[in-house]
This record gives sequence, C-alpha cells and structure tokens, in this order.
Amino acid sequence: MPVIKVNNLSKIFGKKTKEAQKLLDEGLKKEEILEKTGCTVGVNRASFEVEEGEVFVIMGLSGSGKSTLVRLLNRLIEPTEGDVEIDNENLAKMNKDDLRKVRREKMSMVFQKFALFPFKTVLENTEFGLEVQGINKEERSKKAKEALELVGLGSFIEQYPSQLSGGMQQRVGLARALANDPEVLLMDEAFSALDPLIRKDMQDELLDLQEKMQKTIIFITHDLDEALRIGDRIALMKDGSIVQIGSPEEILINPANDYVEKFVEDVDRSKVLTAENIMKRPETVDIDKHGPRVALERIREQGLSSIYVVDRSRNLKGYVTADDVSDAKKQEKKDLKEILRTDMPTVEKDTSIQEIFDIIHDASVPVAVVEDGKLRGIIVRGAVIAALANGNEVNGDDA
Amino acid sequence: MMLNLFHLTVLSFISSLKEETLPVAEFVNKSVKWITEKFSWFFDPIKNDFGDKLEDFADMLAEIPPSIVIVLVVLIAFFITGKKFGLATFSLVGLLFIYNQQLWEELMLTFTLVLVASLISVIVGIPVGILMSKSNLAENIIKPILDFMQTMPAFVYLIPAVAFFGIGMVPGVFASFIFATPPVVRFTNLGIRQVSKELVEASDAFGTTGSQKLFKVELPMAKTTIMAGVNQTVMLSLSMVVIASMIGAPGLGREVLSALQRANAGTGFVAGLGIVILAIIIDRITQNLNKESA
Repeated sequence: MPVIKVNNLSKIFGKKTKEAQKLLDEGLKKEEILEKTGCTVGVNRASFEVEEGEVFVIMGLSGSGKSTLVRLLNRLIEPTEGDVEIDNENLAKMNKDDLRKVRREKMSMVFQKFALFPFKTVLENTEFGLEVQGINKEERSKKAKEALELVGLGSFIEQYPSQLSGGMQQRVGLARALANDPEVLLMDEAFSALDPLIRKDMQDELLDLQEKMQKTIIFITHDLDEALRIGDRIALMKDGSIVQIGSPEEILINPANDYVEKFVEDVDRSKVLTAENIMKRPETVDIDKHGPRVALERIREQGLSSIYVVDRSRNLKGYVTADDVSDAKKQEKKDLKEILRTDMPTVEKDTSIQEIFDIIHDASVPVAVVEDGKLRGIIVRGAVIAALANGNEVNGDDA
Repeated sequence: MMLNLFHLTVLSFISSLKEETLPVAEFVNKSVKWITEKFSWFFDPIKNDFGDKLEDFADMLAEIPPSIVIVLVVLIAFFITGKKFGLATFSLVGLLFIYNQQLWEELMLTFTLVLVASLISVIVGIPVGILMSKSNLAENIIKPILDFMQTMPAFVYLIPAVAFFGIGMVPGVFASFIFATPPVVRFTNLGIRQVSKELVEASDAFGTTGSQKLFKVELPMAKTTIMAGVNQTVMLSLSMVVIASMIGAPGLGREVLSALQRANAGTGFVAGLGIVILAIIIDRITQNLNKESA
C-alpha cells in the first residue's frame, strides 16, 4: 500500500496557468511557454507513488522543480492541477483545517538551511510542532527529549541554535520533525548546506535511524552520490518533469535518456556498482555427475584455465584447473574430488566493485559470487575494468 | 492651422483655471465643522474626562518626592545598561539639574504627555503594521496615509486638533499621535516582512494557525525591528512637545515657547536643555530595552 500517491501534479507560476498547461501538453518547452504566456513551469504533471517505509529520493539540478515538487506535497505551494493523496485523502483538494491536521500529524519537513527559530532553545525548537498542536508542556518536553536523544543531542537541550555547528543544527531540525512522530518525512536538501564529511555522517545516521523508525521519507537532493547512497528509489527531474524513476542500479545501468546518462556519467561507479551488476553466468561442472573428461571438454570449449565445481543444488564446492584435469584424465581418474581446489576468492552479490578490485588483483581464477553458499556468478578481471571505465555497457552476459 | 487651434484651446483652458478656485479649503473647513458638531459625543468625553485624567496623572507624578523618582530612574539606568555607570551618572546629574532649575513639575507634565502619546501610538501602530505586513492591499492604502501624516506640517493639524479637543494636553497628545505613529507602523510592517521565508515555511509546515504563526514566530523574529520603531516613535512624540505647547499643552515645551515670546534666550536654553536631558534618558533606556530582549 503506497502512503503517498501523486497523480498528474502540476505547478505553473504566473497568471495564465490554463493556457500554459495547454501549451505544455502540446509539447512546448519551458522557455517557449515563458515567452508566450509569461508563466514559469515549476512542476509538469508529476506522478509517482511512495511505499510505506521507503526512502524516495527526488533528484535534479537547481531549477529542475524538485523543491517546488516537495512543497506541493504539503501544499506550502498551491498546486495548479493534480492530486496528492496521503492515506487515500486528497491533500491537494482538502480544506484549510484538514490540511493543518495533516501537516501537524502526518507530515514533517526538514529544511535546507535548518530553519530553526533563533530565539528558542534546542528543546523549544524541537517542541515546536507539539506546541502548535496544543500538547501540554510536560508531554511535549518528554517527546522532544526523546527525539533529541535519537539524534544524539540529548545534552544540548538548553543551548540556542547559534551556539551549535551546522551539523548539530540540522540534527535539531531532524529532531523537530521526528518529535511529531509523522508518517512522512519531507527532507528538502537537508544535508546540502553541510560540509562533505559531516554530510556523509548525517547520511549514515539517517540510514541508521531509518532502520529503527521505518518512516516514509521523501528526500530532495541535487547530489547523485547522496541519492544513490540513501535512496531505495530515485526520481530524476528535469525542467519540471520526472524523467526516470527507478532503483539506484536501474538509473545507473539503464539511463532512460541522454539527460540521465549525462547526470550519472560522473558518478564514482566503483562505489555504486556491485558484484551482481558485473558478474556473468558461470560455466560449471557437477561434482556428482561429471568426471575429469567432461570438465576438460568444457574447459577447452570455452578456452578457460579453470572451471568451478558445484553440486546438484549449485552449492559451490571448489574449482579445478585445466592442468590438473588433463593430468587426472591421463591417469584415468574418475572423480573430481581428488583434484578439487578450494582456495577460490568469493564475494557476496552486494559487494562493491571497489572491494572486488582488491580481491581480483591477486586472484588466479575468476571471483565467485555466492549467495547462501550457492554459486550465482563469476567475475573476470576484464569486467571490473570495463565497469569502471564505462558502466553503461556493463551487463552480465557480454562482460 | 490645426496646431494653432490646439494651442489656443490649451491657453484658454489654462487661463480659465484661475477664474474658478476649487473650494478645497472651504470643503475642509466645512468638514472640520461638521465633524466637530456631529461627533461631539465622541470628542467631548475625550476632551474632558481624558484631559482630566492626564492632568491627574501628571499631578500624581509630581507629588512623588523627586528624590525617589531620581533614585528610581538612576537604578533603572544602571541595571538596564548592564550595570554600567555612564547613563546612571548622566541621569543623576541631568535630573538634579532640572530640579535645581525649578522645572520639575514641567518635566513631569512633559513626561506624561510623551508617555501617553507614545503608548497610544504603539497600541494603534503595531496592529496596523501587522495588518500592513499581511496584506499588500492594506500596505498600498496605508503607506500614502503614513507619508501624509509624516510630511504634513504639524501646525496644520494643530488647527483641527483644537477644534476637536479644545486646548491643553489632549490636542497635544492627538498631534503627537499623528506625527509619531508612522515609524512604529512602518517598522512593524518591515520587521514582519523581513522574517526569512524558510522560517515562515517551517511554521506553516508544522501546521500553525495564522495567529500561532504571528505570535510564536513572526512577532518574536521581528521584535528587534519593532522595538527600533517604538524608540523612534517615542523620540518623535518628544519632539512634538514644543509644537504642542502652542495649543496649550503644558510642560517644558511651554517654557520654551514663553521664552521665545519674551525673547529670553536664557530660560529658553534651560528649558530646551531639560528636553534634551529627558530625550537622552528615554532614548538610551528604550534602546537598551531592545538590546536586552534581543
């Protein structure tokens, strides 16, 4: 069950919005519409669904409409057209009182520049959402303190925001949003104002928190590395439209168009691609069925120097080398067990290329990719290099 | 030919303009008279009761032994400046000087006038400023009115002030209200409009009602700016005391006025100095009030 359903959501800034929408649907570009109608297209017919407990990242360059889109979700900006459903209630059409209730109870927002109240202490800032709801002092202070503990600021409650570093201030922003115990957390470039090291820490911490809380998070960013790090799914925006929605891998490996391709070009692929993305189907022999004769045949056929050995349920047993097999054949041995070697390098499906790179460097045989002891694929040195050089052509079969 | 005709028409129009003066002055006279008569039920109680109360209040202040007032002011000055001696010393010497010059009663009258006029200005001005900040329409309407209030020479509205409220303290309060209210309105408007967009968004995003947003976010954020406006308002109403004395407002201003009428430079200077001393004490105290709260 999706928590949020966005359907055909548009925002056009200006007076002749109907005319602009019509031109937009006819396929005119943003600049042309600005020239003809004086209207600026913020968001153009965005549709997507966000599942419960998902981290949904909306990514795009500045001016792509991502900040407008997130503000349409809690109606800080009034949509021109379209629906935003939260728990099957249409937020885009509801009255002011209902909207206020949703904002108080279901959605909280974290802001790029923290947006803390400078005249309030950390605790008072964190209490703000609860105070607005009219919750009594004791209870809101208790909840706020819990939220502050969660983000590791339990001992700073009497400080003022100006006394804290940027990273700590954003923790307060996060605590303030969490104190309400919302279903949905909207994070608008929440970590963009922090320096890179702190940003990494905050990303890790958000992931840790997410493991505990399982909130539905909509995260806006212009930073692809960040999006890939924390997103379960990513929506890429350009000129107000969503151009692709998919998992990080999907976006990297199958960019929907040139724009996405350009966007992902600069990513450090070694951190993003995993064993699964570059492994290929392994040639194997069955330890129970096959002897040296079959093994040698397959090795010759494929021009290999070794071959992996599995059992009937594809559990990895080891490997045999071409030399050993041909010796065994000469000596008329029937069983592969006698020449089986087990010193092969193995990795998991989600091991990053960066780690594989170190392993494969010293290995004399292809790296085995295993899952629960079963052989899923192998990785040859060439595939790693190819992936690092140009990820777009990577896929299992022709690597 | 055509051009000539056009020229002639314009000329004859211009010369005809002078023949018939628009009766603006007359209209205003009639209006003032009409308002005075029709609204006497409103003005008379203000003139009489409010005027009496003002004088009672000034009398009450004057009855407090000066020594107590001076000690009190010096203590306030000392603590509000963060336990520094500068303003406290100045207040002590200045107030003793005024007492020595036999101007104590006048000082209390002037102080009453300034206090009441500023209070009314602030009580009216802040809500008007809030209204202005919330509505562009209100801003467009109120802004020219504020310009008018500030640039129209004060003497001009002394005349209807007398018509409405007679002479004495009340028209003085009225005149200084007109002159001194604009800054607090403008600063309130400015202060609220300057609250950063992100903070307003944060407030909205957490589901504040309009009044929650105003009292929990906007006013606290705008406080410093609004207090600067209050300070300006107090200063302007103090600067009105001499002008208000022309319509019978008592106090230090009247001393200055009578010195002017008798060409007595000495007494004029002394009374003027009294105003300056009062101005500096009030200014520094209200400024520090602002700093402390910021």
